[in-house]
Amino acid sequence: MVEHTINATQAVVTLDVALPGIIWGWMITLNMWAKSIGTGVVFVAAYLLYRHKKDAMPNLRWAMPVISFIFLNIFLLFTLTDLHQPYRMLNIFLHPHWTSAITVGAWMASLFTLLITILMVIGLADQFTEYFKRGCRVAPVKSLMSFAGKNSGTYEKIFPFVVFLAVPVTAYTAIIMAESSARELWQAPTEVMQMMWAALMAGSAALILVSGSWSQEARKDLALILSVAVFFSFAMYMGEYFFSFKSSEAEATLAYVHAGGAYNVEFWFGMTLGFIAPFFLATSTMKNDNVTLLRFAAILALVGLYLAKDVWLKIPQMLPLS
Amino acid sequence: MKLGFLVDLNLCMGCKGCEIACKVENDVPLSSWRLRVKYIDIGTFPDTSRSFTPLRCNHCENAPCERICPVSALHYLENGIVNVDSHRCIGCAGCMMACPYGAIYMDPETNTADKCTYCAHRIESGMMPACVVVCPVEANIFGDVEDDHSHISQYIMAHQGGVQVRKPEKHTDPKHYYVGGGTYTLDPLAHQRLEGHNLFTNITHLKHNGDPHHGVLDRFLAPFTSHGTHDNKSFMNFDNIHEQEGGH
Repeated sequence: MVEHTINATQAVVTLDVALPGIIWGWMITLNMWAKSIGTGVVFVAAYLLYRHKKDAMPNLRWAMPVISFIFLNIFLLFTLTDLHQPYRMLNIFLHPHWTSAITVGAWMASLFTLLITILMVIGLADQFTEYFKRGCRVAPVKSLMSFAGKNSGTYEKIFPFVVFLAVPVTAYTAIIMAESSARELWQAPTEVMQMMWAALMAGSAALILVSGSWSQEARKDLALILSVAVFFSFAMYMGEYFFSFKSSEAEATLAYVHAGGAYNVEFWFGMTLGFIAPFFLATSTMKNDNVTLLRFAAILALVGLYLAKDVWLKIPQMLPLS
Repeated sequence: MKLGFLVDLNLCMGCKGCEIACKVENDVPLSSWRLRVKYIDIGTFPDTSRSFTPLRCNHCENAPCERICPVSALHYLENGIVNVDSHRCIGCAGCMMACPYGAIYMDPETNTADKCTYCAHRIESGMMPACVVVCPVEANIFGDVEDDHSHISQYIMAHQGGVQVRKPEKHTDPKHYYVGGGTYTLDPLAHQRLEGHNLFTNITHLKHNGDPHHGVLDRFLAPFTSHGTHDNKSFMNFDNIHEQEGGH
């Protein structure tokens, strides 16, 4: 800026109050990361079920909702934990403010988790019928599973709706970021696509870890989805990193990464570990079906995604706003 | 009626009287500010000057904090004030992420969002905000900006062309105006913040958001356990190492 370039206009803050540091920290990073897995497995499972016979992926019907359920609950737990008044979360349902993406998202995510829970119960009841009939000694669980087993067809009826709902549940965080108008780096349409790619990346990576018994073709598709998702996500990060929208605030925010330091290391570590390496590893396994290598790529992608999201979440919060 | 503020920076002498009056009137806890006066030194020694900029909530007509608040804890009053209901606030800090002016803080005593309300309680009783009353040079001008005959409207008319708002590009339509400001005073990116170099302290970034003694578990246990009173000595620790991550 011109103010910094000549002596006469150099301006320095000499007395001010202490500014807030990072407000949304690692809990929100974990929240977004877990949600990417929770919704991503639904997208990827829907594609695989469309493309392949169920026999090619014998555990998918129950493993997908179980993974989704676990990570959605991690997401919900950290959403709650990050609140300074966690018990007042109830106010979102009692006094909803519908212009807020936080409200809309909370309602949608709650409904989505409910539907995933139903899928999980039916999936487990169908898979472990014998256990729940004879082995299970907890009466309420036994009767619930018996009821779920009798309504097995409900799974296929509600699954399309779950896939449809997964889209806004994935994207609403981008709308929260768009509403966070103090943080210009997040004010980009690319955020919506970044969320979608993150979900596909995390979803395929999570399913790769449970795909040991799947057909080679199904696993090949998983590797393809992971490769495509990391490629496009990486391309978008690079676009944002180098072009920075030519807005002074976005450029000043990215300076925290461009200028070196801890965030620079974390960002490039995340890019290399979670995007570049998994791309080459996953594409290389598509021909020879190396399950171990593919799993390694999946773990790297999940770690790298967390790091990339962490940097992108924190750097805009370091900019002084006034 | 649309209440607004105007600060004539040509008059402000940086006495911080408004800052203190606000603290006292609203019981603003240590480490938090609803109104602050920032000193900026311009030029290079010996050709330097110092400017003073009072900063508070802009009570935007298109307030991002109101839009993002999930429970309407932030809401408009009929007179245009953007008010806070701390009993409804869930402490998500969405408003802190949305306010382009950094005017909202997490109250360390209530663990809810809070900010300048233009002293809504005083307005209701027909009084002026505390910062207006205390200003020795009448640099703070407050009134109805929709009334052409109000002092603030007349002042704006008299200084046409010289009236500015902060970050107009954010389309928040702020109802807080400045006369005598420049890019270097109103644009936070136009001046440098040198880490650890402040006039009286080296605390440039807070280490906590809300109550520093209130960890994640405490937030859940608070309704069932008594939350002890703290002497807030930690806020006064001037040897505190400044935040490693923040600042320009």
